[in-house]
Amino acid sequence: MKKIEAIIRPSKLETLKAALNALEVRGMTVYNVMGRGLQKDVKQFYRGQEISVDLFPKVKVEIICRDHWLERIIDVILKECSSGQLGDGKIFVYPIEDIIRISSGERGDAAL
Amino acid sequence: MKNRAKIFKLGVLSALTAGLLLPLPVGAAEAAAIDSGDTAWILASAALVMLMTPGVALFYGGMVRKKNVLSILMQCFTILALVSVQWVLLGYTLSFGPDVKGIIGDLSFLGLSGVGLGPSDTYGTTIPNTVFVVFQGMFAIITAALITGAFAERMKFSAFVIFTLLWTTLVYDPLAHWVWGGGFLGKLGALDFAGGTVVHISSGVSGLVAALVLGKRLSKQREAILPHNLPMTVTGAALLWFGWFGFNAGSALAANGLAGMAFLVTNTAAAAGAMSWVVAEWLDHGKPTIFGAVSGAVAGLVAITPAAGYVTPLASILIGIMVGPVCYLAVSRVKEKLGYDDALDVFGIHGVGGTLGALATGLFATTVINSAAANGLFYGNPHQLWVQFLSVLASWVYAGGMTFLILKGISWVTSLRVNQEEEEMGLDAAIHGEDAYGYSEMGVEGTGVAR
Repeated sequence: MKKIEAIIRPSKLETLKAALNALEVRGMTVYNVMGRGLQKDVKQFYRGQEISVDLFPKVKVEIICRDHWLERIIDVILKECSSGQLGDGKIFVYPIEDIIRISSGERGDAAL
Repeated sequence: MKNRAKIFKLGVLSALTAGLLLPLPVGAAEAAAIDSGDTAWILASAALVMLMTPGVALFYGGMVRKKNVLSILMQCFTILALVSVQWVLLGYTLSFGPDVKGIIGDLSFLGLSGVGLGPSDTYGTTIPNTVFVVFQGMFAIITAALITGAFAERMKFSAFVIFTLLWTTLVYDPLAHWVWGGGFLGKLGALDFAGGTVVHISSGVSGLVAALVLGKRLSKQREAILPHNLPMTVTGAALLWFGWFGFNAGSALAANGLAGMAFLVTNTAAAAGAMSWVVAEWLDHGKPTIFGAVSGAVAGLVAITPAAGYVTPLASILIGIMVGPVCYLAVSRVKEKLGYDDALDVFGIHGVGGTLGALATGLFATTVINSAAANGLFYGNPHQLWVQFLSVLASWVYAGGMTFLILKGISWVTSLRVNQEEEEMGLDAAIHGEDAYGYSEMGVEGTGVAR
């Protein structure tokens, strides 16, 4: 089992969810985060005081999946969330040791 | 249990004391001299000016960090409570009581004794005395509230309460007397229609002194301190603009042509100030901001305050155009260069704007608008500019000096600032035990309290 952590543009969240829905991939955890990669700072002004903003709002989506689904989901994320510009985000893949469903106590594949 | 018993005893004692001290009501019949139009307008104006204090609370509240927003609101509401009572007991008589040597009013109206349903012989002769009292009281309140922006995010609440009571009694009341209450500045011929010196210079300069005495906020060294809720600030600015019509046009103390002109120039100066600040910042760093627009509007309102009953609409446009860039430079350049932490720019807008407006009154005043006043330099009377300068100087020196003494005096009894841990935590949590937005609880549905 794998954990996919995708940092994407906030504006892409809804289309990503819809595309994953179509694959019947429904389980996910979504966070509002601030982050940056190679993007340049942006300036803001408050009564003439110049502020350098160097973190940007992003959305982090976590999905747990079986090993053989990994590439399929990565393809969907790349298709929906890529614009070719700086700031599109990144995908990280982690191995998962175990999954437990709290309501029933099921573990492993049965809990997915 | 022990605390509740204390509170109950305090309540009973207060009620008994109040009963004993109540002066007999003065049963003056309403004189035929009362004009119902004037009275209605000044009543409405008093209410408009009252609204400016919650307005400034929101204006400032949006500018501080989230963890301190309640402390701003609490300070402003506390001032509304404290100064309202102080005004009735002592403030009114010191400001508008019979003059003693041009310096202060005597105690004839202590506790509003002698203030009845009929008009005063001297002030607002077509409205009930009570209406004049309450209208002026709102000015005392808002002036004290303006200062809170200078020491925002770091002042101890007990020190703040003592400061407010001493400041309104020892700075506001004498200044109001000097300019409006028969004191020496009024006798010199100083023109201040609604409070350029009494309200704005006094609060602005006092704010600067307070900011210097208290010192910078701890975070200032390491980070930019940003507004947490600009929509709140804009809401506050809107209430201020609205209430200012009562502030300036109500100072005509009548529902007449002068009030109408004051209303018109107030709106015009606010508008010109907003425009000119935005132009200045647009040229300076390339972006027109809402924070700049409302700041410019307030600066325009400040500057027109002393001039509102003496100048033409065209002059009010010029005043607004001048004050926008001047105050913008004061808050964006001068503050940083000189290094004082006047957190919310009380000096930059009220001190500088009030000074500009008071001096501009010496340029643009014309007896065509107000035959009871005087002409300014542009109407052939350069002397008026000199008189205005003297009143500005007197306000600066007295407000600044007395504020310094008051703060030093308080600091011998208790510290003025909260400690480092309280400042980091935020005043809302540390002093008031409250949380403005309920964000501090994790794992809570909606805004309910975690049980």
